[in-house]
Parts: sequence; C-alpha cells; structure tokens
Amino acid sequence: MRNFRIWRGDASSGALEDYQVEVNEGEVVLDVLHRLQATQTPDLACRWNCKAGKCGSCSVEINGMPKLACMTRMSTFTADETITVTPLRTFPVIRDLVTDVSYNYVKAREMPAFSPPPDLAPGEYRMQQVDVERSQEFRKCIECFLCQNVCHVVRDHEENKLAFAGPRLFIRAAELDMHPLDARTDRKEHTRDRQGVGYCNITKCCTEVCPEHIKITDNAIIPMKERVVDRRYDPLVWLGRKIFRRDQVEQQAAAEDTTPAPASPETVTHRASPGQVNWAQEIQVPPAPAVGPDGRFAMSEVLIDRAGAPSPFGDDVTFPVDPEQLRYLHPRTDED
Amino acid sequence: MSIQRHQYDVVVIGAGGAGLRAAIEARLAGAKTAVISKSLFGKAHTVMAEGGAAAAMGNVNPGDSWQVHFRDTMRGGKFLNDVRMAELHAKESPERVWELEIYGALFDRTKDGRISQRNFGGHEYPRLAHVGDRTGLEMIRTLQQKIVSLQQEDRAATGEYESRLRVFDETTVTELLLEDGKVAGAFGYDRESGEFLLFEAPAVVLATGGIGRSFKVTSNSWEYTGDGHALALRAGGKLINMEFIQFHPTGMVWPPSVKGILVTESVRGDGGVLKNTEGQRFMFDYVPDVFRAYYADTPEEADRWYDDPDNNRRPPELLPRDEVARAINAEVKAGRGTKAGGVLLDIASRRSAEFIQRKLPSMYHQFKELADVDITAQPMEVGPTCHYVMGGVEVDADTGAATGAVEGLFAAGEVSGGMHGSNRLGGNSLSDLLVFGKRAGEHAAAYATALPSRPRPSQADVTTAEEAALAPLARGDGENPYALQQELQDVMQSLVGIIRRRGELEDSLQRLAELRERVDKVGATGGRRYNPGWHLALDLRNMLVVSECTARAALEREESRGGHTREDFPDMKPEWRRVTLVCSLAGADEVRLAQQPVTPMRPELAGLFERDELAKYYTPEELSSATADLG
Ligand SMILES: Cc1cc2nc3c(=O)[nH]c(=O)nc-3n(C[C@H](O)[C@H](O)[C@H](O)COP(=O)(O)OP(=O)(O)OC[C@H]3O[C@@H](n4cnc5c(N)ncnc54)[C@H](O)[C@@H]3O)c2cc1C
Ligand code: SF4
Ligand code: SF4
Ligand code: FES
Repeated sequence: MRNFRIWRGDASSGALEDYQVEVNEGEVVLDVLHRLQATQTPDLACRWNCKAGKCGSCSVEINGMPKLACMTRMSTFTADETITVTPLRTFPVIRDLVTDVSYNYVKAREMPAFSPPPDLAPGEYRMQQVDVERSQEFRKCIECFLCQNVCHVVRDHEENKLAFAGPRLFIRAAELDMHPLDARTDRKEHTRDRQGVGYCNITKCCTEVCPEHIKITDNAIIPMKERVVDRRYDPLVWLGRKIFRRDQVEQQAAAEDTTPAPASPETVTHRASPGQVNWAQEIQVPPAPAVGPDGRFAMSEVLIDRAGAPSPFGDDVTFPVDPEQLRYLHPRTDED
Repeated sequence: MSIQRHQYDVVVIGAGGAGLRAAIEARLAGAKTAVISKSLFGKAHTVMAEGGAAAAMGNVNPGDSWQVHFRDTMRGGKFLNDVRMAELHAKESPERVWELEIYGALFDRTKDGRISQRNFGGHEYPRLAHVGDRTGLEMIRTLQQKIVSLQQEDRAATGEYESRLRVFDETTVTELLLEDGKVAGAFGYDRESGEFLLFEAPAVVLATGGIGRSFKVTSNSWEYTGDGHALALRAGGKLINMEFIQFHPTGMVWPPSVKGILVTESVRGDGGVLKNTEGQRFMFDYVPDVFRAYYADTPEEADRWYDDPDNNRRPPELLPRDEVARAINAEVKAGRGTKAGGVLLDIASRRSAEFIQRKLPSMYHQFKELADVDITAQPMEVGPTCHYVMGGVEVDADTGAATGAVEGLFAAGEVSGGMHGSNRLGGNSLSDLLVFGKRAGEHAAAYATALPSRPRPSQADVTTAEEAALAPLARGDGENPYALQQELQDVMQSLVGIIRRRGELEDSLQRLAELRERVDKVGATGGRRYNPGWHLALDLRNMLVVSECTARAALEREESRGGHTREDFPDMKPEWRRVTLVCSLAGADEVRLAQQPVTPMRPELAGLFERDELAKYYTPEELSSATADLG
C-alpha cells in the first residue's frame, strides 16, 4: 500500500485527494493510476496511449516534477513517500490530470511548413547521414510538452503565450533550419520575429525535463539565437567579440538583435510576489556563445577546447550563480 | 443538451498513418474533410511502430523490385492475401515513401545519400525505410505537419485555417448514420466536454486501427477497441479473416513495467538470437519445410549471413513472426521457458555495447529507463504478445470501398482486411497505411463529389445514438466497465489466444454470450467531462462483437495458418486456402459467419512463383489450372 495524492477537479475548482493503493514490483506511476481507475475511482481522468514513452500523452507533474507517468518507476520513490500527482501547470485544466494543450498546436500551426526544394522530384532527394542527423535529433520529439510546461516564460505567465512559441517550437525551427533541403532561408528571422526567442534566457529547464534527451538549448535555441546575428559572420567582429566578450557595447548590440518583435523584454511583466526578486536589477542579456568562423555554433565537443557543451552564460561565469543576480523567479510547484 | 452539427464531404475516422494520409488525399482532391481521433493529434498508435516501412526501392540491394516484394508478402500471408491488394501495395509503396520526403520526413540514409533500407523477417532484401527505431513517429509527425501545411495554404486562400481540413481531436465516433444503405454521417462525443457531435457527410473513411485491447498481453493502447470493425459491421459491412491475429513473438514478459512492449525484429536482424533456459539456440529446430531452402541449418552459416548475405542463408531467428511465436510457445510449453513464461533474447553477448546503442538507441533507453534493464549487458525475457489483427473490413482493393450492404463507406489501414492474408510481414503495415490510405481518401472524395444528392441522417437515428451513449451514465450502480474489460481480456487471451482448441473456442463463445448480457448493464459513475470509465463502458460493446467474430472464425477454420494456430488441426490445408471467412451482423449485434471463395491469382502473378512453391499451398486442381496458362 502506498499513499498517493492526486489533484481532482476541473477548471472551476479542485483539490488534492488522498488515495491508498496497492503497488507491485516493477510498476510505473501510470500502472498505479490505472489501478485507481479500475478499483477506486473509475472516472479519474488522465491521458495515455503507448505506455512506452513514445507518444507523449501521459505528461503530468509528479512531486512537482514534470514527468511522463509511464516512464516514472515506482522504485524511484522511498517506501513511505507520498506521491503527489498534479496536472501540467502551464496549461488550463480540463479535468483531473488532463489539461488543454491546444496552445502548442496553435503555435505549431503558425510555424511555416517544410518547403521542398523546387527542382527535385520524389525519389531524387539525396542527403548525407551526417547532415540529416542534426535535424533528426529534433524530430525525436514526442510532443509531450513537458518543456513547454516547465519554461518560466509561459509558466504562470499567460500573457506571454501570445508572443512566445516555446522550446518545442524552437527545436522545430532549428530542425527546418538545419534540414539539408529546406528551401526557405528565413527560419532564424522567423524564430526571432514571430516566435519570440528573445524571451528565452537559456535557463535550460526545458533540456532538463525532455524525456527524449534532446539538447533543446545547446543544439537548437543557442544556434538559432546566434545565427540571427549576422554580424557574427564578419571575422573581425567575431575576433573582437572573442577578446571583449563582456563589452558593454557588445551587449547592447546583442540586445537589439534578440529583441522579439511583438514585445521587447522590458514590456514583459512578471507577476511574482514582491520581495523575492530584485526588480531593480538591470535585465542582462546573456552574452552570445562562441561561434566558429563559419558563423555556426560548434556542434561537437571535438571542435571546442573543453569538455561538455559550452556554457551559454559564457565561459567565465561560475556556478551556482547568486540568486540575487537572477532576474526571474524559479518556478515553485509545491505552493498550492 | 444541444448537438454540434458539422457538414463535410469526407469524414475520416482515425488519425493514424492511414487516416492522415486519406485526409491529405481527400483534401488535395478538393473535398472538405474532417479527421476525427480519440486521442490528441499526432498520438495515434502509428507512433509506436519501430522497425520501418517496407517499400521495394532497391536502394540497398538493386535486386529488389515490386515483384519480389509481392512474392514475399504472399509467402508471409500464406497465399491467403487479397492478391490485388498485395500487388498494388508492392507497386505503389516506393512512391508513397518518397512522397513523405517531400512532406519533410528525414529517413536514415545510405552512403550515396538515398533512403537507407534494413533487413526484416520475411523480406528477401533489405527493404524497410527507417529512422532509427522510431519510424512510426517520423511518419505520423510528417503527415501531421503536412496537414498543418495544407491548413496554412487554406488560410492563405480563405483566411481560415480550418476551412477545408479540420482535425477533431479527442473525439470518439460511436455510430455511423445511414439513409437507405448509404452513409449519411457519423455520431460521436467530444471526450473533453462530453458533448455530442453530428457529422453530416456522404463519405466516411474508417482508419481506426486494430482490436488488441481485447487481449491481456498486448502491445496495443486503449484506443484499440475495434471501433471501426464494429462500426462497419453495424452499418452493413463485412469483416474478413478475423481469425488471423498476429502475436508478436518478442514482447517483453518481465518486468511488469515493460510487459507487452515489443522488442523490434531488428534486434534479431542485427544479430540477436533466441535461447531457452537451457542455453540452446532453438530456432534451428523450428524451420518449416516450405522455408528450408532460405534459412541456414547451422549457427556457423547463420552467423556468416550478417556480413555476407549473398552467399549464406538467413538465420532462422528471421523467420516470419508467426513461426517464431509458435517456436517460443512450444519451448515454454516444454518447460524450457522462464518463470514469467518467456524465452531469452540475447544480443548482449553477441554484439558490443557500442554497436547495440548505436543500432537500437530507443530500445536501449526505453528498457534502461522503464525497467532498469540494460540490453547491452543482459538478455531480454520475451514472449508472444498480441500485436496486430490481419482481419478487418472487406474492401475493394482499388478504391478501399467497403463491400456489403453499404455505400459511401471506405476503410484503410489496420481496420481493413485482406492485404496481409493470414500473416503480416513486419514493415508492411506502415506502407499499407500510405498506399491504401491515399487510395481510400481519393476515392471517398470522388464518391462524395459524384453523388447526385446527399443522404441525410434521420433525427430518429440521432436520438437513438444519443440515448445509447448516455445509457451507462444513467446506470451509476451498473457493472464496473474495468472489471468487464478484464474478464473479456481473460477470455480472449486464454481461450482464443495464440494456440487454439475446439473445446476452448466453444467455451469462449459461451463466456462471450454471458459477458454480452452483463455489458448491456454496464454503468459509469461521474459526469460527462473526460470520464474514462464512461468511455470504456461505450467501447465494450465494440470489443465484444469483434471478439465474437474472432472466436467464431477461429472455431470454423480447421487448420493452422499464419496468425491462426489450432492445436487440433496443426497443418496447413490447401482446401482451406481457397476459403475466406466472412462475418456480418444479423439483427442487433448477432454475428453471422459465412464462407466465401478467394479470388485466384492472375497468371502473370502466379508466374512469379516456382511451381514447387505453389504446390505447397494449392490443391492439385488449383495448381493445374493456375499453371496451365504458364505452359
Ligand atoms: C508496438 C508496435 C510496433 C509496430 N511496428 C511496426 C513496424 O515496425 N512496421 C510496420 O509496418 N507496422 C508496425 N506496427 C503496426 C502498425 O503500427 C499499425 O498497424 C498501424 O500503425 C495502424 O495504423 P492505422 O492508421 O490503421 O491506425 P492507428 O495509427 O492505430 O490510428 C487509429 C486512429 O483511429 C482513432 N480511432 C479509433 N477508434 C475511433 C473512434 N471510435 N472514433 C474516433 N477515432 C477513433 C484513434 O484515435 C487513432 O487516431 C507496429 C504496431 C505496434 C503496436
Ligand atoms: S532555456 Fe529558454 S526555452 Fe528553455 S525553459 Fe529556459 S527560457 Fe524556456
Ligand atoms: S522537446 Fe522534449 S520535452 Fe519538449 S515536447 Fe519534445 S520530447 Fe517533450
Ligand atoms: S503513455 Fe505514451 S508517453 Fe506515456
């Protein structure tokens, strides 16, 4: 027997309810939800399809962490732990654990589709494996929307949803941008002007929760942000930037370049409780990471001089960063 | 409560590969089209397909051609396939796969930049276009994105994304509405709100997938309750080949968190072997005579095949899946299986960890994360799992139009029957979805356009459908739908499962009849908004009638062939090859079974086979008439 606390209710109201339920060896959280449906509460609403981490339907928050219910093993909890299951917080609740994720589909529909090369007939496409692999990484996406859910730009900020497409759509943009045969050349501009990539300050929360382990920030967002800045292709400027990385002028230039069209970062209002965030602090635009002479971000560890993905904060920042320096409030999930 | 009404030219029920491809084609043909799906857009069962889509493009081995693909498909289906469907499928699948590239799909590549193709059980040449082991995801995402791109075009033209093509997600169709034997529309409910919808449309394409939820160990999701099969029956259509159900030979049987999850055949194609608990590689003992010429008899030859397929015969682990399933079953019954009732699939001791991770990345991660099983270090415990139903709605091969007493009904994908005969080859489903999805969409649109006047659903039918849908909610203290489902699964798994016997099948019919009475009294607590208990209560009726078709057909067919194994009739009998079993409904949900002769193969197609091979399947008279034309 284990303790489960599950959020029950709908758009009008709801509360956490306690359940005692049997758990067997080798089960996952979704197995337990199914047992609850079969034995205690037949109308408990939750989504699922594949029970194999392939369809991205069963996204919920388990003990405040965005997770796939079918991929969360019960053995990862201690025996006396109460397991709290709540719906995704960024999307409106429909009932119990089911939320209205239509925001993501609306944003997907605004994304210009793949544009086939005009001169090739079906069957004539020739691409090298190394070239398709970069886009293939993003096509692994199972559309679980956990990354969208965790992104602080829209989590608790309904007002930003209009201008901000979110990490799932940034990787879609990157995928098309890196597609060897996509005929459009304005993918990055679109990401800047229409998807609001400028709101993203590379907190990497999205990468952290992605069940497909897609390197959303390092491999998609950073290169997309980077490549909208065409000055970067000028080798002299590039060299200068290497030397004066934190240069004030540079920062201002970058700020201009990454400003999203519909709303500039300054107009982004945050609704956090007062006293917790230092609002007086000047919003700092993250310095752009190093790109190679081809204007591209080094994609593999072989090409750069240190192990691991390069830090989007610049190589000279040490962690942990002083929270006072941060300009956003890290999402808290246990407050209600 | 008021009913939302919608008017369309074509309504496609199902948003898997077949449904989306049909919708794209119908919209391209100018029809105003709706796609309906029980789950969210892009989550249909097709996402789970791993191995690939079979198409004779000849990119890896130029020896491949549609003729060879056709031959493999017929062999796999034990010559019971609808010949015309197998032919169209083999001819058109390369084009359909190439089309996906124009829609933006990114398949794995060969060295010269073409679409790479991999080996799979039953296919003579490497033939499966693939993307790692997530081919189904690539396919559904590509079609989903193509639909979005068509909607963008429509917006540019009309100002409205959904003016010509609209997706109704989380919507379940419970009934088709007819007027004088012609399709007039479809009735359903919105899962999220519980509200009813009425689609008025002269043409409906069924693309609802399979029936696997009626079995206990299955790779299929909750969606697979045989809705399309049952809708077609109730509308006057016919189901064929319902006795043929594919049990995937290698589903995980232990630990429980991964039970029913499939281990793709590519594990075997890339070097994995099956062993019993005595450590013996047993598949060599189970090569049937018809396949002897193509499969190695020694482990040495089999092991050489991976690197030199032209000069060696294939390892017996790559036999068609029904043979593998049967072999595993026999080993387990003989007491050489594991505690959980499976055998061991070992790739860990034969290939390097690096090789396995590169070739089977999602397989590796899935088991690591779900069950903490490291497939590079230990063997997997596998056994037969209900996976695919070969049987389905009988359709005209060229148009996908359902036969029987109904017009305007089309079917494509797993819900349709005939294409795969008694057994489906791996990879043939994804290409089937594309080939026949396209055809069904095209012909549904043409039918809708050509129709002089549109049938109208009658108000009485709508009211009946509405009452039927609400009935379980009015019986709050009725039978528990989950308990009923579990009992149904028990009956099907144990009595109509992989190995069948007369007595058990008769028993199953008895038990199903009892269950039917209880299903009539099923109840659901709670309200109409997103209430899974209510949804399941409505699905049960469909599961039951389809299960009954399977049980009846299985009892009737007194032989073993493909996905139908009778312990009391272990051999394949040529007389039975000439017979298709057809189910239809008489009165309210009463299943009627009939025999129907199969269409003979055209001489030029029969000529693709050696006489000796045909002799293994055909009766002597048939053989002489089939080969007489060849001289
Ligand atoms: C684990 C697994 C692996 C597989 N691997 C392969 C492979 O490698 N190669 C291969 O070729 N095949 C493979 N298959 C088989 C193949 O995936 C399926 O046969 C195929 O995807 C079926 O597609 P479909 O379009 O017919 O239906 P599906 O993709 O199943 O879609 C059915 C759709 O119908 C909808 N629906 C159902 N009932 C209703 C209703 N009443 N109202 C409204 N909508 C409804 C559902 O919501 C869904 O959208 C695999 C299958 C499984 C389970
Ligand atoms: S890295 Fe950007 S997109 Fe990802 S969660 Fe942080 S702000 Fe959102
Ligand atoms: S990118 Fe990852 S987290 Fe985001 S939707 Fe796709 S699979 Fe989910
Ligand atoms: S049920 Fe498909 S990802 Fe969990």
